Formats: sequence, structure tokens, C-alpha cells
Amino acid sequence: MATPPAGAPSVSIRLTVNGTSRALDLDVRTTLLDALRERLNLKGAKKGCDHGQCGACTVLVNGLRINACLSLAVMHDGDEVTTIEGIGLPDNLAPLQRAFLDRDAFQCGYCTPGQICSAAGLLDEAVRGWPSAATGDLTAPVTLTDAEIRERMSGNICRCSAYPQILDAIRDVAGPAS
Amino acid sequence: MSTTLEDYAAPNPISRNRSGIIGRAVDRYEGPLKVTGTAPYAYEVATPAPPIYGVVIGAEIATGRVSGVDDAAARASPGVHLVWHAFDPPSGQAETGARSYVGSQAAAKPVFATPDIAFFGQPVAFVAADTLENAQAAADLIRVRYEATPGEFVFDPAKAEPVPNDEARTGDFEAAFERAPVQLDLTYTTPIQNHCQMEPCATTAWWEGDELVVHTSVQMLKPPQHLLAETLQIHRSKVRVLSRYIGGGFGGKGSTYEDLELAALAARDLQAPVKIALTRQQMFLATVHRPATVQRVRLGADRAGRLSAFALQATTHCAKHSPFIERAANFSRALYAAPNRLTGHFLQRVDFPVASAMRAPGEASGMLSLECAMDELAELLGLDPIELRIRNEPDAHPETGAPHSARQLVECMTDGAKRFGWDKRNPRPGQVRNGEWLVGMGMAAAIRGNFLLPAKAAIRVESDGRVIVRQGMTDIGTGSYTIIAQITAETMGVPLEQVVVEIGDSGFAPAPGSGGQFGAASAGSAVYETGMVMRKTLAGMAAGDPASPLYGAPVEEIDFRDGLITASNKSETLASLVSRLAPAGVEVEGDSMPVAASRSFSQHAYGAHFVEVGVNIVSGEVRLRRMLGAFACGRILNAKTARSQITGGMIWGVGAALSESNAIDPRYGSLINQDLGGYLAPVHADIVDLDAYFLPEVDDKANPLGIKGVGEVGICGAGAAVANAVYNACGARIRDYPITPDKVLPFLPELV
Repeated sequence: MATPPAGAPSVSIRLTVNGTSRALDLDVRTTLLDALRERLNLKGAKKGCDHGQCGACTVLVNGLRINACLSLAVMHDGDEVTTIEGIGLPDNLAPLQRAFLDRDAFQCGYCTPGQICSAAGLLDEAVRGWPSAATGDLTAPVTLTDAEIRERMSGNICRCSAYPQILDAIRDVAGPAS
Repeated sequence: MSTTLEDYAAPNPISRNRSGIIGRAVDRYEGPLKVTGTAPYAYEVATPAPPIYGVVIGAEIATGRVSGVDDAAARASPGVHLVWHAFDPPSGQAETGARSYVGSQAAAKPVFATPDIAFFGQPVAFVAADTLENAQAAADLIRVRYEATPGEFVFDPAKAEPVPNDEARTGDFEAAFERAPVQLDLTYTTPIQNHCQMEPCATTAWWEGDELVVHTSVQMLKPPQHLLAETLQIHRSKVRVLSRYIGGGFGGKGSTYEDLELAALAARDLQAPVKIALTRQQMFLATVHRPATVQRVRLGADRAGRLSAFALQATTHCAKHSPFIERAANFSRALYAAPNRLTGHFLQRVDFPVASAMRAPGEASGMLSLECAMDELAELLGLDPIELRIRNEPDAHPETGAPHSARQLVECMTDGAKRFGWDKRNPRPGQVRNGEWLVGMGMAAAIRGNFLLPAKAAIRVESDGRVIVRQGMTDIGTGSYTIIAQITAETMGVPLEQVVVEIGDSGFAPAPGSGGQFGAASAGSAVYETGMVMRKTLAGMAAGDPASPLYGAPVEEIDFRDGLITASNKSETLASLVSRLAPAGVEVEGDSMPVAASRSFSQHAYGAHFVEVGVNIVSGEVRLRRMLGAFACGRILNAKTARSQITGGMIWGVGAALSESNAIDPRYGSLINQDLGGYLAPVHADIVDLDAYFLPEVDDKANPLGIKGVGEVGICGAGAAVANAVYNACGARIRDYPITPDKVLPFLPELV
């Protein structure tokens, strides 16, 4: 177990990260993003703005996507966290990762882990029937139209602007809208 | 090595493309790392020991000086290793501007060398601590005291001065404009824009004995290497700069910032790895931006639309301490024929943060004016905007008379128009209504200069047949890794899987890096030339080796294909040849120098944008409905990555037209938008049905690959096409970018 620096108030928590239980003694000021990146050496979640405006830090917590930069790690004792590394690794790409590669749905790659985690989250939200601002009938099952995908992905900025390619990649995995 | 234009045009492995690797939509070489988050960017590299975390503190005034720094609380804060500022600066730095030798690509840039403040956000203090949290907490405890002095915080074109030796005149513009039967005199303004690379600038540095190892996020490797050598007063051979994965550059990482020097200096003092990332707010203030422009366009034409007089004069600003000219008029010197011409720039030096290059510097701003003015002229004359442009298509460069290398601007416009369905456009504005949306179409031309810079590369063939190419090149998302692999594979006649690409290391054979859409041509040409050197080397080895089936074959008849080295019907693999004769591997270096005669051609990448927008009659909101770009950029190396470069650029144009804007607070000299909530770069929901394609082309005057840059031409003219579509939709001619609802609303029909 890693030890926190002297002088900082610390809390012990346990996270299940990508299926593995991890014990952490954490400076209470540590964000979930910094805990993943700097303490658990999972650099896949990116820091693009550090205040919830870009989406590069998107991870799944208990299956739901969140901005890891906006959440203190100590709030997640007992939670299950899935990062991009838990979705798939280079020798074992998940379908979304394969689709991003096929469709060239990234350029610099810095927002990509967040885009893919966000896409994984939205596919599940659609299954759960959660509406978005683009949903017409709030009570009907969600159909992932292009407008729905774009709306639900709009928290993830891609400055290289691979948006058309990202839509194509998500569409490949989501299947046709009809 | 190619030394003449004939060499460029001669058949070569790239133009023969026997295996078909050139042009193929190959997946990104480094893609599997990027889609799994396992590509280590500068802040993420594994360090030889636990890193110390640095935090930079920026000035809270724009002009004046730091009068004192209360740092006792920060120094006493848990985990703090050091605090630096102008009254306690790092030791061992050279004087500002010092150069140890004439050829140095950078002068010394010591940090905190003076308490003087030149712009809001300028780094004034630095804290390093054992954790990021401790460093941030300590940084919050630092109290910087200032003595502010008055500054100039307003961009006022009336105060701008002509740029010396810049104005270009052909014929007599004023007289011709005066005589022209049709005259337009229009002024357009564009705001400050920000790069907003998703990866903030970051550096991780450590020392290995007397050698400095620096991982940083930059577009070019040599300038930071030399800057560190000069600043730290060590020999450049002792500085290794690595930039293997870069989270976007767009021109903003063509400069370096204090994270670079501070990490190196702190690592030296602390004898430990140090890493520093700028915050998102610091990316706005303490790096660079595209300056605002005010552009006056004057067009004089006859009734048939032939331009007799053309002028574009652009006024812009830059920081007092850091000269930069946004040359928004330059592109127009090559675009349309007109016998009487005037172009030039005016500059106001103000106390703003630093202005510098952002994607397609010059064109990106300048085409927002001229390409809309051409639309206005077309309407005035009752001409189709494409027809107007065709009537002003020059046979050669309109000012120098230089012949075009390859120019398919007209083809881009006419072919793109067909694919887009331009014939369905109603030329009268405000005629197409779809519910509460007014729908319109617009188009614009695209032009961006093409460049070739000297570059080197090294290729190594291992005894197992792997071909390793090493180059001090960068990939900022452009696809450098991938096209270098493709060029190497096709030149060496081996499958892609046999090629290993290693770039982003200043220790490798130098290439100019990424910028000005010169990267692929410059680096790629050097890789090709080096491949040719390797072919000659291996051919000589095989022909001279009695154990080779190719023994005695004339070297010029030896070929490389399908992973084999062959002559007539005899062959062996690269692995068998190299493992037999040079088990340690064979390595060669090669280089590419631009052929002087190439510059006697007018060389540009071209395109045409077609846009359909909807304008909401209630809110004035403009929404993209579809967009298509047709481009001609020489040979395309990779259909997939090239298209992505172009569509990315087009989307930047949409942002420039509709949402991206920053401004200086006239009270404080700071940028008003300092985050991605205030600065509105396009998001998924903004971009609908957008695509681009390339016309077949080979530019055999450009380089031995016949390629031209694709990184910047996509943004050129894109925003103007959107603006022209807005006009066609609703009759709002907005000449003040971006086209926000408040500007559109007054033009919309009354709602009953």
C-alpha cells in the first residue's frame, strides 16, 4: 500500500479498478483522476481541463460515466471503476476500440480514452432507456439516432475534430438506428 | 538523392506503388496504443524514480513588475521541495538571449530572470513538491505583490503601423478601382482564437549523469533542445528531447513555455525527475493565440465579373515583447487574377498575451474575408459564385507570373458542386424554409501554400528483416508515424508489418517537425531518399557476395519487392542477406534538400467547401446541416488519415464561423475566456453530415513523393463557406465573426 506524504490528511479506501481490488491511502484532496493516473499508474484517463469541461477524463464508475477530474477519490470507497485500460488493451481491443481504429476516429489520441469510455457509457444508457436532450418521446425506448449519439457525446471535446469518424465508430458498434 | 525537378518527376518506388501501400487507408501505426490509453504523453512517461510535481503561478496583472513575493508559508507547506520566483530564481541560467554558437536554433530563455511583467498570466513563480496536491496547495499560499503600470489593452486598428517591406503592389490598384464599373469596399473582423489542444503543455525531465532527458509536448524537437542547452549552459549533445505522443499542436506547440525550462532546472536542483503540466487556464493565457484581424477588401470588376482591381489589407496585433504578424493577406496574392493589386499588413503592438501561429496562420483568418467578399460580388453581378471564381482563375501566379505546379481549384469547385448538389441552391436569400428554419447553401475556395524543408532520416535493416526507420520527426495527430511506415514499406518493398517507426527523439536524424503543413512532405521525402540509399547499399552487398543468389548481378537491375531483394529470377530475403553479411544490422542515413527550381513554381494545396446551414427564425441560431469539401493536394499517402486531417480542418472552420471567439479584457489585459466552457470549440452536436474527398493528383514539382500538405488547407475558406450559407439562408451578411445569434436576429423576418 502506497503511503501518503507527511502532513496531508489521509483516508484509506478500497477501489475495484478494472476488476482488481486496490487499497489506497489517499490525500483527501486527490481527485479520482489523479488517483488513477498518479497513484495507480493508469494513465489512460487524460487530464485535459481538470474541471469537467472537456471529457478527456471520462471513466465508468459502477457502470456510469463520470468526469474523474470532478470527483474526489475518497468519495469512491468500495466503487467499481473501469478505465480505458479495463475496456481493452492493444493485443485485445474491445469492439469500440477496434471501431475507433477502423474509422480513424481520433488523431492526436488525447481525448480518445474519454471518447471511448463515454461511448461505452452511452450505449448502456440507451439500453436502460435514459433519455437525452435529443430524445423526442421520453417514455419510449431510446433509439440511438445520429442526433442522439451526437448529443450524448457532446461532453467529450475532440479538438482534432474527429466527430464524423467518432460517430461512424460508435454507429458500427451500436448498429443501425432503425 | 533528388537534386533536380527531373528527379522529382522520375518514376520511383512511391510513384510506381507496386504493392499499393501508398494511398491505402491504413490504420494509424500508433492507433492501438491511443485507443487503449497506453501511449504515454509527456506527463505520463515512466520516470526512473518517483517524480516531483511542479506547479506554475501566473501574473495577475499585465504590465508592471513583481515587487515582492511572500513565500514563507509555501516553503513551510508539507512536501515542498523548492519555490522559485524573480527574487529567488533558479541558479545556473544563462543571460536572456545568449547563444553559445551561431547555428543555435534557440537563444537562452532563463526563467524568472526579471521581475518585469509583459503580459497577464506570465509565469512569475514556481513550486515543486512531492505530490501534485501538495504542490497546488503550496502554490495557493504564495502571495505575489505587484506594482502595476498602465498598459495598452485595446486592439485599435487606427494605432497600427504598416509592416515594413511588406506591401505588395501590381499595376495601379487605386486608379483601376476608381474606374471599375462594379466596386465593393468591405471590412471584416475576426476575433482572437485559441488552439485548445486537448493535451495541456507538459514536461517531464530528469538527468542521467550529465545528460538531460526531457519528455515534452512539442511540434519541433531542435528548438527546445537548443533552448535548454543555451539556458542551462550545457552542450546540446547533452540534451535529449523526446516527444513521442503529442495531444494536439495546431501551431501552439511550435513554441515552448516555461514548463520546459522549469522541469529541467528543478530536476537538476532536486536530483530527481520533475514533471509539470500547464493548467487549462494557463493554456489560454500563458501560451499563444491567433490574433484578431480587421480586414479591408476592395474588389473592382467589370459587369462580367472579371476583377480589374483587387486589394486585401489586414490589420492585426501582437504582444509588445514578442513580434508576430498574422499575414492574413498573403494567400490572396496567389488566388485570383486581377491586373491591379494591393495587399499588405498593419500591426499594432499591445500588452496582450503572445500572438503566434495557429492552424493555417494567415489563410484561416484572411479567407474569412475575401471568400465572403467574392460571394457578395457574385450576388451583385447576378453570377453563380463558382462561375465568378472561374472567370478570375489565373493562368499563372497573378503577381510573380510563376507557373502553377498543379492547380485544380476549378476542378474542386465544379466536381464538388456536382457531388454536393449545388444546382439546387436558390441564389436568392431567404427563400427556403423548413419549419422554423431558413435553409441556405454557401461555398468558398480553399488555398494553402505548400512547403518543403530539409530533413534527414536513418533506416536500419535488422538481421531478422525488420526495417527500422528513425527520425527526429513528430506526430501531433497528423499521421506522421503511419505515412513514414507506408513510405518506408513501399520504398524498401517490404510489407508494412516489417516496418518499425521510431520518431520524437532529438537524438535521431533531424526533421523539421510538424507545422505549416510541411511535415509529411519534408519528413517523408527524407525517408524515401534514405530508403533509396539503403536499397543501393543492400544491392551492393548482395551483388558482391558469392553466397548470395544475386552474386554478380548488375546493381542497377536489383529490385526490392514482396520482402525480397531480387534480380531477374533470383532472390533472397532481406533477413537472409543481412543476417549473413551484417548480423548486427545495416544502417544508413539519408537526406532530402528542397530543389531550388521547385520554388519557381506557384505551389499550393487547393479545395472547395460546400455548406448547407439552417438559421432558426426564432433564436437566430445557425446550425450546420451538411458540409462537403473537395480537395486537390497532390498524391495522397493515406486515404484515411488525410481525410481526417481535412475534415478536422473543416470543422475548425465551422468553429471560426459560428462560435470561436476570445477577447482581451480592456481593464486588465487578460483574456476573457480562459476555459473550454467560455471558449466554444465545436462539439459533437455541432457537426452534422460532414465529409471530404480528394481529386486524383500528383504534384511532381513539389517533392519526390508528389504530395502536398493536407493539415491546414481544410480550414482555409471553410468558415467563409458557412458565412455565405448563412447569407443565402436568411439574408444576414455578418462581417464580424463569429456569426452568433445576436448578430443574425436583426436580419430575420418578423414573427407574428
